[in-house]
Amino acid sequence: MIAFFQEFGGQLLLKTWQHIYISAIALFLGVIVAIPLGVLLTRYKRIAGFTIGLASVLQTVPAMALLAMMIPLFGIGALPAIVALFIYSLLPILRNTYLGMENVDPTLRDAAKGMGMSNLQSIMRVELRMAAPVIMAGVRLSATYVIAWTALASYIGAGGLGDFIFNGLNLYRPDLILGGSIPVIILALIVDFLLGRLELLLTPRTKQEGN
Amino acid sequence: MTLLKMSHLNKIYGGTKAVDDFNMEIEKGEFICFIGTSGSGKTTTMRMINRMLHQTSGTIEINGEDIAKMDPVKLRRKIGYVIQNVGLMPHMTIRENIVLVPKLLKWPEEKRNEKAKEMIKMAELPEDYLDRYPAELSGGQQQRIGVVRALAADQDIILMDEPFGALDPITRESLQDLVKDLQERLGKTFIFVTHDMDEALTLATRIVIMSHGKQVQVDTPDNILRHPANEFVESLIGQDRLIQARPSITTVGQVATKAVSARESQTLKEALGEMHNKRVDTLLVTDDDGVLRGFVGIEQINQYYGTGKEIGDIMDKNIFYVKEDSVIRDTVERILKRGFKNVPVIDHDHHLVGIVTRATLVDMVYDALWGESDKPEKADQPDKAEAGDQA
Ligand SMILES: Nc1ncnc2c1ncn2[C@@H]1O[C@H](COP(=O)(O)OP(=O)(O)OP(=O)(O)O)[C@@H](O)[C@H]1O
Ligand SMILES: [Mg+2]
Repeated sequence: MIAFFQEFGGQLLLKTWQHIYISAIALFLGVIVAIPLGVLLTRYKRIAGFTIGLASVLQTVPAMALLAMMIPLFGIGALPAIVALFIYSLLPILRNTYLGMENVDPTLRDAAKGMGMSNLQSIMRVELRMAAPVIMAGVRLSATYVIAWTALASYIGAGGLGDFIFNGLNLYRPDLILGGSIPVIILALIVDFLLGRLELLLTPRTKQEGN
Repeated sequence: MTLLKMSHLNKIYGGTKAVDDFNMEIEKGEFICFIGTSGSGKTTTMRMINRMLHQTSGTIEINGEDIAKMDPVKLRRKIGYVIQNVGLMPHMTIRENIVLVPKLLKWPEEKRNEKAKEMIKMAELPEDYLDRYPAELSGGQQQRIGVVRALAADQDIILMDEPFGALDPITRESLQDLVKDLQERLGKTFIFVTHDMDEALTLATRIVIMSHGKQVQVDTPDNILRHPANEFVESLIGQDRLIQARPSITTVGQVATKAVSARESQTLKEALGEMHNKRVDTLLVTDDDGVLRGFVGIEQINQYYGTGKEIGDIMDKNIFYVKEDSVIRDTVERILKRGFKNVPVIDHDHHLVGIVTRATLVDMVYDALWGESDKPEKADQPDKAEAGDQA
């Protein structure tokens, strides 16, 4: 263990950073695309089924295949990996945003409109607030997927903790495999925990403090 | 001046006419109740007023201006709206809920806080409730907030869709008092959907009875009780209420019995003969055209008998009477308060048309309490009652 850190400590830090960086960008892009898109779909229900269906199909493409498909488009390195992971992150967020928004008590939407909120005000001040826990559950799921699959991104030269794992597999070195896998697991747990806190923060309060 | 004018409103869903040629002019300060069977188009009509729905055809004008030409968001901020199930925002405090529209209108915070305090007072709830969340209030308290929330931006028109459904009678009554007070004291105009005829009768200045998208009858509560347009309205009012309502809506003319009278120009001898024949001790006196002039009792006749005077000379002109189209309810009170045994009934030209006796009142009360419906009309009954009753 100590020997491992002595030999690979510096590399571990670098690869972890690359891992975080790739997953974070992919997830961030996923969030800023999927949430507005999910909201939009609740306003244009006719295309909702089609869009969510399309995202589901993309989700079923094997991760390795999707990554490989990125090479002719974006070459190798972090960029194609980020694009592929971004595509993967879309579905859970999109679906949960759509469901979360759809499940907002229609009387609230009606009341918001009836009192003179514009469409945007109703979304921002009422619907997104009420749907926040469901949307956050989607984000957490996506985050876990993305962190796990970023390990595969090393396959197209994106770097990250996957480098350890692939090297370990090639060289029959279990310590390298574990040295790559364990940080991925820890990372996923930490991110999930942090997003869990964020979810609590975003969950609308319906009771006074201390009650 | 007409505040709200709805002309030839139609709303068609697929093949069905949810609202069928709705026409109405509403004055400022009116309290309009929509009542009717489920699916009769009450909600649909109401929601066209604040453009939550768009009519298939027809126009709605507020103060003479076509609302189709207004910005719907701005329009809705000017019209208070209490949806069914209250619709308080669960993630906002009571304060935030109350001043939701003022905030949309960008009132400064200080003014909003003041308004919130004013409104919570109006809802008769303690001020520290302002910091609570809706889930921390009882159902009735939430409905109170729902009502005052619709008023917080000084809206002149308030739409309420079954706002007090599923509440216990006591809470319901106190909320009814609240809205009625707002209408009477602040001159707000209410359009109020209810399923409860008692509620409509208590609150409304005019009731709109709807069935299958059509207005069956639009009238004051009194007129609807007095002259239900058809059997549908009668069934909606309910047999119980019609019977209960009878003493209050029946006119004096309907229950009056035939009066025993004499003319001014008759002699005392003739009068005494009439008294003897009809076995009464008092005669109502009319002129030759039948206009009521006074009354004469057996005492006066006794006093002046043989002096050659006519009835007109000795009658008491100080007579209390009621008009035939006044409501029996008021008459009952007057008769009882003044201790009269009977009261003459006159028409608009002061012609004597009959008399209401205590015996008649007994019949009325009996009917109201026992609900007998197959009795013959009172006016047709023989005048057996009056003989011993003349004062
Ligand atoms: N969105 C809709 N699509 C199709 N039909 C509708 C729609 N909304 C209402 N209707 C129909 O229009 C008619 C009137 O409905 P509305 O809601 O105005 O009735 P209501 O008088 O308010 O009834 P209730 O007392 O049950 O609330 C009903 O027959 C209803 O089925
Ligand atoms: Mg309705």
